[in-house]
Amino acid sequence: MGAIWFWIVAVMIAAYVVLDGFDIGVGILYPILARNEADRRIMLHSIGPVWDGNEVWLLAGGGTLYFAFPLLYASAFSGFYLPLMIVLWLLIGRGISIELRMHMANGVWRSFFDGLFFVSSALLAIFLGAALANVIRGVPLGADQYFFLPLWTNWRVGPHPGILDWYTVIGGLVALIALATHGALYLAMKAPGALEERAQRIAGKAWIALCAITLISLPATTIVRPTSFNNYYRHPVLFAIPLLVVASLLGMKAFSSRQDHLKAFLCSCVYLAIMLVGACAGLYPTVLPSSLDPAGDITVAKALSGPYATHVGLIWWSLGMVLAATYFCISYGMFRGKVSTDPDGYGH
Amino acid sequence: MDVLLLHRIHFAFTVTFHYLFPQLTMGLALLIVVLKTVGLIRGDERYSQASRFWARILAINFVLGVVTGIPMEFQFGTNWSEFARRTGGVIGQPLAMEGIFSFFLESTFLGLFLFGEKRLSRWQHWGAAFMVFVGSWISGFFIVVTDAWMQHPVAYRLMPNGTFELTSFWGLLLNPWAWLQYAHTMCGSVVTAAFVMSAVGAFYVIDKRSVEAGKLFLRVGVIAGLLSCIAQIFPTGDLHGRYVARYQPAAIAGMEGLFRTQTGAPIVLLGQPDMEQQRIDNPLAVNDVLSFLAYGTTAAQVKGLDQFPRDQWPTTLPLLYYSYHIMAGLGTYFVLLMAIAAVLLWRGKLYSSGWILWPILLSFPLPYIANTAGWMTAEIGRQPWVVYGLMRTADGYSKYVSAGNSLFTLLGFMGMYSLLSVLWIVLVYRIIESGPTAIEPHSDPKAITA
Ligand code: HDD
Ligand code: HEM
Ligand code: HEM
Repeated sequence: MGAIWFWIVAVMIAAYVVLDGFDIGVGILYPILARNEADRRIMLHSIGPVWDGNEVWLLAGGGTLYFAFPLLYASAFSGFYLPLMIVLWLLIGRGISIELRMHMANGVWRSFFDGLFFVSSALLAIFLGAALANVIRGVPLGADQYFFLPLWTNWRVGPHPGILDWYTVIGGLVALIALATHGALYLAMKAPGALEERAQRIAGKAWIALCAITLISLPATTIVRPTSFNNYYRHPVLFAIPLLVVASLLGMKAFSSRQDHLKAFLCSCVYLAIMLVGACAGLYPTVLPSSLDPAGDITVAKALSGPYATHVGLIWWSLGMVLAATYFCISYGMFRGKVSTDPDGYGH
Repeated sequence: MDVLLLHRIHFAFTVTFHYLFPQLTMGLALLIVVLKTVGLIRGDERYSQASRFWARILAINFVLGVVTGIPMEFQFGTNWSEFARRTGGVIGQPLAMEGIFSFFLESTFLGLFLFGEKRLSRWQHWGAAFMVFVGSWISGFFIVVTDAWMQHPVAYRLMPNGTFELTSFWGLLLNPWAWLQYAHTMCGSVVTAAFVMSAVGAFYVIDKRSVEAGKLFLRVGVIAGLLSCIAQIFPTGDLHGRYVARYQPAAIAGMEGLFRTQTGAPIVLLGQPDMEQQRIDNPLAVNDVLSFLAYGTTAAQVKGLDQFPRDQWPTTLPLLYYSYHIMAGLGTYFVLLMAIAAVLLWRGKLYSSGWILWPILLSFPLPYIANTAGWMTAEIGRQPWVVYGLMRTADGYSKYVSAGNSLFTLLGFMGMYSLLSVLWIVLVYRIIESGPTAIEPHSDPKAITA
């Protein structure tokens, strides 16, 4: 049961990163790609009808985490108090910048929200990446399984790290670059004309950076957490994961240069999902490692809710996922195809 | 400042601010379905236009509900980690279900409803509006189930390590307290929406512009307002009160300011609680009524605060007392106002009676106050418990999040939310100012594709 819920939560987080990832990516590229008001509108229209639904994966994933692993939810959320609050403020800023910008034609108003959209998207990507890196690196869990992390210390990884150290900064950069690439491939698929071409070009550049940073992140992870490959040696089939990472990276490049934007974008989805799955496979059955003493790790077994709740949970969770998938088909189906420049459309 | 107090203020501030938005969303979603249904059945374009106008306001309100709701989902863990650790096995369930069963639904169909009028057929578009209504009401349900479990815990087993385990799925969802609380809360949100709609109607009629639309808003608003205001007191408020009297006797004593146990206990209409002397100053009281309301007979004995050890008294007692009296006082005023307006409407005199249109216009903030006061009553009345009778609030907060950190983020939220309030007011005012006729109907609502 513990393994099932571990993977359920992992899949929900992956769904969040893949889906909200492209609209965050569009935000990161916003000032680079949009040259005039028409471009900006196309970029916003391309994510307008779907971003809120994408973000719900974060809420549903968070709720499921709370339900299935209360100890983990309690420990991690209070320990990462400051960065989480900053993430919440960024989510607020991003939400209003996407939704409220169109309500006034005033130039100052629009420029303000343009700036907010970019800043909040970019910082959000960095924070999400750093958060994941924090979980991989481990935190100083006390005997009561709680901890509290300062924002930064001396940037070194040790038994008493801060939220930001050299390793988590790398994690933040991976996320920033990966989501920018993801967003660019999405835009190439959705945007018409000149914007499509520019998006494709920027995706090509971002792709190089992405390959580089992915290469750096692997040895970095082994330095910070030498045990992360134990599961891999135990189950060699897991080595398919790094192969898939490489394959998806190559796929992005190949399809993108052949103008097959949909397939390139799907490769990017696979890349993000498989990077997360790889991290989770390295951690399991630990869900939050201790930087002080491996015996203090929070594991699936320690954190799991009671047997009755997790059994019933499987039933409604499966039902809920069928419904959610249906809604996503409906809304993505309705807004499929290139964004039109029709002024009557989304968000006037 | 005391760290526990800061965490409480942190949560109370953010949830109170959040609830300003959903209460309008949920009520308005229902009224929009009503408008669209009438418009479709009668083929009356005015109703379709009205629903388009209110959809605009709903859209802005919804955005603010979403961005202020996201922090709520995380605050159980950030500020109340010990509470989260121990109760997650039970109330994590309704919270997860809320995300999965309602937020996906809402976000999808709101998009279709707001931007799909051209692509959908009339009935499909009606269906999208209906789903928005269902989604927001399911959301309210799951969150109330969560709160109701904290007020009246059921279907749980206490484990040796202090955590709660769920023992019955249906027991949790069918908690009688939850259904009462849900009925009363949803009614309250219809009251808010009805008052806002009537106030906008009164504004247009008094200002002599968009008069036709104004009359329509008044008509729908006053009828919905009267029905929901009555249901707010009877049966939902009344039943809720009896439940509180039965299961949280210390809370009801605090709400009513009853310091001493009495048979034939009076209801205090006005008066100030005096914590030193333990009595109500300047009371205006009616004998026997409290006994009757709580137990159905004037002779019943109602326990006063003297029956409870001091450490089980609701903390901040005067705030509890005032919140309750503000809610109930406003509830009475609402019924009076809406009853007079409804009589005038029926006689065909409402639109020309300035003396009643002005109070209707000016009363729109009051349901917000009543709803907030109602939640304060419920939440403060539950103190000093975070899970009634089982876990104290003082044991629930995050031990390692210092007072300084909590104050820092509280100030951050206050700053951010001040900005959001200004944006909300500016944008909603602009929509009202430009008027319902300024919203052009989309070209051909029957066309399936654009
Ligand atoms: C428009 C809003 C509104 C109005 C006019 C009223 N209420 Fe209310 N009341 C609420 C909105 C509300 C609420 C926000 O919905 C609460 C807060 C928590 C809850 O379950 O519902 C609530 C809670 C609440 C409680 C529960 C307190 C607790 O759980 O400790 C009682 C006993 C009443 N109400 C009773 C009444 C009575 C007798 C009213 C009329 C005279 C009344 N309410 C008017
Ligand atoms: C939206 C309406 C709500 C309002 C206005 C509200 C208001 C408040 C207030 C005023 C407090 C502080 C109590 C005090 O000072 O003693 C509080 C605390 C709290 N409320 Fe609520 N509440 C609402 C809904 C909820 C819901 C739905 C839940 C649960 C899911 C909840 C859970 C809590 C918790 C955990 C605390 C902190 C512990 C405590 O002080 O009791 N609240 N709320
Ligand atoms: C601690 C308590 C609460 C939590 C954790 C919470 C959580 C949330 C979240 C995360 C959202 C955004 C959903 C999205 O992205 O679509 C939201 C919106 C919403 N919430 Fe809350 N909420 C709380 C209190 C309440 C209460 C008391 C009610 C009603 C009784 C309520 C009703 C709604 C509704 C209807 C929405 C839809 C958006 C809107 O209408 O503004 N919430 N809530």
